[in-house]
Amino acid sequence: MNTIRKREELGPNVTRYVIDAPLVATHRKPGQFVIVRVSDHGERIPLTIADADPELGTISLIVQSVGKTTREMAMLRSGDAIHDVVGPLGRPTHLQQFGTVLCVGGGIGTAPLYPIAKAMKEAHNHVITILGARTRDLLILEDDMRRVSDELIVTTDDGSYGTKGLVTDAIRALVGGGTHIDQAVVIGPPLMMKFTSLLTKELGIPTMASLNPIMIDGTGMCGGCRVTVGGEMKFACVDGPEFDAHKVDWDSMIRRLGTYRTEEKTAAERCDHECRIGLGTRGPEWILPTD
Amino acid sequence: MDTADRLKLPPVVMPEQDPTERIHNVREVPFGFTPAMALQEAQRCLHCVNQPCVDGCPVGVRIPDFIRTIESGDYIAGIGIIKQTNLLPAVCGRVCPQEDQCQKSCTVGKTHRDPGQAVQIGQLERFLADWERENHTAVIPQIPPASGKRVAVIGSGPAGLTVAGDLIKLGHAVTVFEALHMPGGVLGYGIPEFRLPKEIVYAEVSYLTRLGVDFQYNTVIGKSLTVDEVRNDYDAVFIGSGAGLPNFLGIPGESLLGVYSANEYLTRANLMHAYDENSDTPILRGKSVAVLGGGNVAMDSARTALRLGALGVTVIYRRSEEEMPARKEEYHHAVQEGVEFSFLQNPLEILGNPDGWVTGLTLQKMQLGEPDASGRRRPLPIPGQTGSVSADVVIVAIGNNPNPLIPAALPSLQMNRHGGIVTNEETMETSVPGVFAGGDIVLGAATVILAMGQGRKAARAIHAWLTKTADLERN
Repeated sequence: MNTIRKREELGPNVTRYVIDAPLVATHRKPGQFVIVRVSDHGERIPLTIADADPELGTISLIVQSVGKTTREMAMLRSGDAIHDVVGPLGRPTHLQQFGTVLCVGGGIGTAPLYPIAKAMKEAHNHVITILGARTRDLLILEDDMRRVSDELIVTTDDGSYGTKGLVTDAIRALVGGGTHIDQAVVIGPPLMMKFTSLLTKELGIPTMASLNPIMIDGTGMCGGCRVTVGGEMKFACVDGPEFDAHKVDWDSMIRRLGTYRTEEKTAAERCDHECRIGLGTRGPEWILPTD
Repeated sequence: MDTADRLKLPPVVMPEQDPTERIHNVREVPFGFTPAMALQEAQRCLHCVNQPCVDGCPVGVRIPDFIRTIESGDYIAGIGIIKQTNLLPAVCGRVCPQEDQCQKSCTVGKTHRDPGQAVQIGQLERFLADWERENHTAVIPQIPPASGKRVAVIGSGPAGLTVAGDLIKLGHAVTVFEALHMPGGVLGYGIPEFRLPKEIVYAEVSYLTRLGVDFQYNTVIGKSLTVDEVRNDYDAVFIGSGAGLPNFLGIPGESLLGVYSANEYLTRANLMHAYDENSDTPILRGKSVAVLGGGNVAMDSARTALRLGALGVTVIYRRSEEEMPARKEEYHHAVQEGVEFSFLQNPLEILGNPDGWVTGLTLQKMQLGEPDASGRRRPLPIPGQTGSVSADVVIVAIGNNPNPLIPAALPSLQMNRHGGIVTNEETMETSVPGVFAGGDIVLGAATVILAMGQGRKAARAIHAWLTKTADLERN
């Protein structure tokens, strides 16, 4: 059981949790993730680590409620507990002094991008960050990112904040304006990562992407997270989650993310119904049956 | 009863759930012997002086001695005899390949020139273990005073549980680190409920907890704690992290939607209870399921698919029925339940529709050539003979490689070319002093009892190592 120390809503359906996880807090490095199981009957879902406090033994997870599990998680309050948290998993980000590093975050992808940008800055890189969101309300961690970036550009699809457009438009503008970029890191929705990576390939910018495929154990055992990178099968949990974005077979990866679309829809609808009829507001004892 | 009378007794037929009924539930298939059945089966044992069955057991269980207690009715003594050498009899009675071990050399089977007539040692072992669990008679043994030594066990599968049980009984403090949220390793995530009810695994673990073993779940060694931290905090380390890296065929189409490794499919069904409507873990309930491979894991996958509502399940194996590595009992159960077998067929490609969903496979017809390194006849393609089958779920069950996490975290560990840890065969010690290993991380994918056999050897060597270091510290 991992107690939630703090809970904060960052935007519509986006919540930050600060959770007790002492071993993860002291061992995690940028780029790594955890797997959580919200309740006793819950599924195991991978979540990236947004931050950690080794002294307090806590980690921060930023979660967008999209399916049944993340919605159940959203109902938890400070003082409640998450049934299981395991990690840190995956390989840490490869950090070095590249020169100028472009960090591109889309939506909730800004959460895992934050520790990477921070570490890139600490590794004496010139950090330029582009954050993209559909609309202003969905933009997260702007202040945190600003602190660890030398330059920060915000784009929104609807123009409600920053520059109207997509992150790819901002990258083009940046490079068109004569900025040389030595390395890019992109984390966000799969389609955004795909198109960003197509562009940086065209522009000749080496790019890392952090993948978040379906996983169960996170230790190499199930093979559910397999992705094709450079024509080879890789397991995101033990070989990744970061890969050379230019070599990732994005279409296959995106398709595999949709494996359980029907099941997820049914579960989410059931969850909605239960919330509406009051089951969902019964609090943590409903979500976490006592052991 | 004299030998001639004993030899006249027929094997007791194990009562089982009817195949048409059991494919709709996940309850165990064989019901287990009643005391009367156990007595009758026990009476078939000839109590040979040379005890060939004991030689056939990887952990040397005193088989005729425990069978005698079933005849005398002293079950407590019987379970005591088994537990001297086998910590997990309820598990081994169910999943050991007895037909290749103890029962293979049974004199009764030999006399009848039919291995199927051998004394059903596994079923008798299961009988005593179940009787003990159901009657709550498991006794907590007298544990010697604390040695002051601490042992870390990585992985709570059969090897790790054996090491933990043996060492706690010798007075050492034992912590078991488990990466998953539940114990048992492959006993929990791999072997299906209908073959090994999880309640049995958890009962064994709870017994170890009562002996004082500390279980730390959700802890991945090499990630949550470094191997060096564990080595600094503990006087000895046992690595039993298993064969957890599924093999794929390397043919086109393995990324299609609906293609599973057997590990993933079985983990969803077993560990995550995807067969239960109340579980949040989804699983694709294929109507037409193809399972690739011919081992026990392939049988488990095929039979699980039936229970998840498949209308047709076909096991596709590149050799013939004779070379199939699955236990006869599992094969037999699968056939009874309606699983179909397509022998001498090798998958060339997994086919999909434009949306990326599996639709079937292209298969190459094979024939058997000369024996290969495994001693089995090598399958060879028959040129020009290919065909296709349709399927909406494909399960790849062609084995595993050792889990790479610990070796990657401890570079000084000597590995073999298959990714397994190199150990001293007698002591299970690795190239790193004070670090021992056993089970599938050493053997590749093997059996529960072989893993337990290595665990037993390692525990003995760890005890000797701890005693030696304690003596050195004193002098």
